[in-house]
Amino acid sequence: MKLALFADIHSNLEAITACLAHAQSLGADRHAFLGDLVGYGADPVAVLDLIEQHAANGAVVVLGNHDAAAIGRPDDSLNDNAQAAIAWTRDQLGKRQRAFLAGLPLTIRDDNILFVHASAAAPERWTYVTGPAEAQESMTAGNATYIFCGHVHEPKLYYMGAGGRPMPFRPVPGTPIPTGKHRQWLAIVGSAGQPRDRINKACYALADMERSRLTFFRVPYDHSSAAQKIRSAGLPERLARRIERGA
Amino acid sequence: MNSLGPGSEVDGFLLGELLHAGSMATIYRLTGPDGPLPLIIKIPRLGPGERAVNVIAFEVCRMVLGALAQSPHYPTLVAFGDVETTPYLVMEYVEGVRLNDWVGRAPIGPEEIARLGSALALALHDLHRQDVVHLDLKPTNVLYRTHGEAVLIDFGLAHHSHYPDLLAEEIRSPVGNWVYMAPEQALGVRCDPRSDLFAFGAILYQLSTGRLPFGNPTTIARLRQRLHRDPVPPRALVAGVPAWLQEIILRCLEVDARDRYASAAEVAFDLANHAQVAITDRGLRERRAGWGRRIRRWARAKRFEPAPCPPPSTRIGPAPIVLVAISPAQADDTLFEALRDAARRLIAADDLCRIACVTAVPLAAALSGERYEDTATGRHIKHLVNLRRWAKPLQLPEERLTYHVLESEKPAGALIDYARMNDVDQILIGAARSASARLFPGVSAQVVAEAPCTVTVVRPRPD
Repeated sequence: MKLALFADIHSNLEAITACLAHAQSLGADRHAFLGDLVGYGADPVAVLDLIEQHAANGAVVVLGNHDAAAIGRPDDSLNDNAQAAIAWTRDQLGKRQRAFLAGLPLTIRDDNILFVHASAAAPERWTYVTGPAEAQESMTAGNATYIFCGHVHEPKLYYMGAGGRPMPFRPVPGTPIPTGKHRQWLAIVGSAGQPRDRINKACYALADMERSRLTFFRVPYDHSSAAQKIRSAGLPERLARRIERGA
Repeated sequence: MNSLGPGSEVDGFLLGELLHAGSMATIYRLTGPDGPLPLIIKIPRLGPGERAVNVIAFEVCRMVLGALAQSPHYPTLVAFGDVETTPYLVMEYVEGVRLNDWVGRAPIGPEEIARLGSALALALHDLHRQDVVHLDLKPTNVLYRTHGEAVLIDFGLAHHSHYPDLLAEEIRSPVGNWVYMAPEQALGVRCDPRSDLFAFGAILYQLSTGRLPFGNPTTIARLRQRLHRDPVPPRALVAGVPAWLQEIILRCLEVDARDRYASAAEVAFDLANHAQVAITDRGLRERRAGWGRRIRRWARAKRFEPAPCPPPSTRIGPAPIVLVAISPAQADDTLFEALRDAARRLIAADDLCRIACVTAVPLAAALSGERYEDTATGRHIKHLVNLRRWAKPLQLPEERLTYHVLESEKPAGALIDYARMNDVDQILIGAARSASARLFPGVSAQVVAEAPCTVTVVRPRPD
């Protein structure tokens, strides 16, 4: 199984389309969408319809905090720009999209894999996994060989050391990392729709489950069009700039 | 696995003569199946009573050998078994002489040391260029092929910056051979290629004097003595050691990695051209530091902070942004072409860089003429077309080009603000030359003076 992992898509149709095409060219035969499908970007309906199609074909989809906010579960932690985008998104969504989001679970467990948007320790609290301490909490609570998640927009891989302390690693795009089943791994796959590390390429990861290899990728996409749509929609300028600059 | 021996079979490979039985792994020659290369199999020692580091070293060795570009400096990895079921590595059997054989004959002559050393340094440099640090360099891990190339073996403790470091923090006491270990490695740093240069210096010391520079420590306290106690200068032990060789050895053995050579290539060069080595106090030293200096060194060692690791060669940094300031007025074709040439050179030098084409124009009057070109939007579009016309011959993919029309009464200020807001790395701007470019006198001068980044003023060659 080659499992393609996408997180923090944020209504960026150009980014997710480019990532899906990239994953397909590498033979991905299963997909997981790790939450924050909407928010920030200008194409919530098209993105949700696309993901819903994949879900109908067996893709894993979990709920993110922006998704929850878009269907009326308020999230005070969102900043003004995010709130503005959520208010706008709410108006765009039809009954079908709202129902799809409302039906999403916080976590999905599949054999030795746990899919979650934020931390597996109390997923509804949307804790950011920003360091080994949070990673350890998530890995302990998740109790799975592999935890695949998002929420934090920069790609990062944590691997459990012998001392029970996870070690952080910043993956090099395109380098397959051996991720043996004898260890515990937590992969933050990085944001597809709104990268923030000053690289304006979409993040996603591909897990080759048979060969125990995980590869993080950066995919160039038409961020100019995505930014232009954000401007045309009247969303905050900062959100357009962010995806142009990747920061 | 422990009952294996010559004649046993592992995953279809037939074991032959036992070559090495170490604390971490056992190595046999293979007698079958026949292939183009003579092969060995390395089997980690696992099971009750064995150390966890054995299995990690196996994983690391497989990861690093699998990632290294094929080269005479490393054994070719042919096959490997799964770490959970049948861990093994099948590799090329390197026909050659171990560096250890020379150690038995030490002290050996400086010319021979220079030959062996420069070959080894070249192999190390090849390794370091691939973002790998060996971290277990010792005479038994180096072989020389018939033609003199050095081969590095046993990457079980290596660090590859493209992969998670499985050995970090796994091990309570510093992992590696304590005889040759660099001070920073003794403190847990595992990402500095200059740690290999320290081990390299310790090997040259041993070859030229027949003695170990820091003895054979058995406790961590003794291991850490190298943070403050300097070795006896080689020339004090063997009178025949030339000053250039002592200079090279002691420079490799500096406590602070920043005081060593910056790269193995530099050491290789010095060894191959030793007549040109600049001799400093290091090369001429006749005894170890006296009491005064020892106390100072000891005090320094107390607060020793290892040097930060140099960045890996392939670190993916943010793509640099180049702002090209394009004159808003009637196009000046020679200047346009000169700016394009300058941009092309930057694009050729960095295949990630992005080009922001920017023009600064006066604020459009609210009430404009009746013709569309004279309206605010019409003029804006005209400027955009002008920018696109400039950029088109660059043939850059769309995602690496952006176009911006800045409206301001102060064009230089607008360009500088734009550069600051967008973290621009470099500005290309045309020199005021033609009548049209002189419409805004001093723009380039002001940008040069105030921009927060490198500014290149481009001037076409006179015809």
